[in-house]
Amino acid sequence: MTVTDVQKDTDSLTMTITSEFPAPIEQVWRLWADPRRLERWWGPPTYPATFEEHDLTPGGSMTYFMTGPEGEKHRGWWRVTAVEAPHRLEFEDGFADEAGNPSPDLPEIVVRVALIEQPAGTTRMSIESVFPSAEAMEQLAAMGMEEGFRAALGQIDAILAEEAA
Amino acid sequence: MVVDTLDDAHADQIFRALADATRRDILIHAMRGDRSVSDLAGLYPMSFAAVQKHVAVLERAGLVQKQRRGREQLVQTDVDTIQAANRLLEQFEALWRDRLERFGRVLAEPTEGAI
Repeated sequence: MTVTDVQKDTDSLTMTITSEFPAPIEQVWRLWADPRRLERWWGPPTYPATFEEHDLTPGGSMTYFMTGPEGEKHRGWWRVTAVEAPHRLEFEDGFADEAGNPSPDLPEIVVRVALIEQPAGTTRMSIESVFPSAEAMEQLAAMGMEEGFRAALGQIDAILAEEAA
Repeated sequence: MVVDTLDDAHADQIFRALADATRRDILIHAMRGDRSVSDLAGLYPMSFAAVQKHVAVLERAGLVQKQRRGREQLVQTDVDTIQAANRLLEQFEALWRDRLERFGRVLAEPTEGAI
């Protein structure tokens, strides 16, 4: 696997990370479509994810929890908005309370996944994360969400590069 | 993983300070440390007091320092703080990379049965 590109756009509050995999598109798609495969990469080894609901159809619902080192559970959900197997997947990604109900006070991110077949049986996957507002990024940053930090600080790279020049 | 220079509360303060476009812009203009608060105030369609408030938020987050030079207070961006925040940013960039790394490993496993 190679991450080939990372783009941050602080105006549209978007981060796009692109990678390439030496596998046919159907196999790459299965890592989203098969919950047992999905949960093996979605959470880090120290916070493994367990998907309880996995309905990968437009309007479908996905719910999961991540189990921390102390056994604590962090719940999240996806609301699937578009699916075109094996090329495209769009969903809203949010937090949930202990009962699994979406948390209205916490921001939701729109995630757009695109898979493109490349020559020689390889697949390019781009994942775009869109934030609803700068405030949401701030909130997610405070909660330790990587995407939030990236977007809020996107400008800093440029400043430091300018400074180094 | 580098978080040694920032605790959670400070990181929170930094990102709150950075969540505003005017404040991010002030950081750029204060990079060289030769702008006073009044200079900065001249750059934005808002009152001196409003700009002064933004500078104060940045100062509390440790993102800028003020230095007295004669009758003026010059605002200087603290590059160390930004770099500490940047390292934190990179740590979180690594999270998506880690996720994709795991993705690649799961993908590379021999598949049981035909697709």
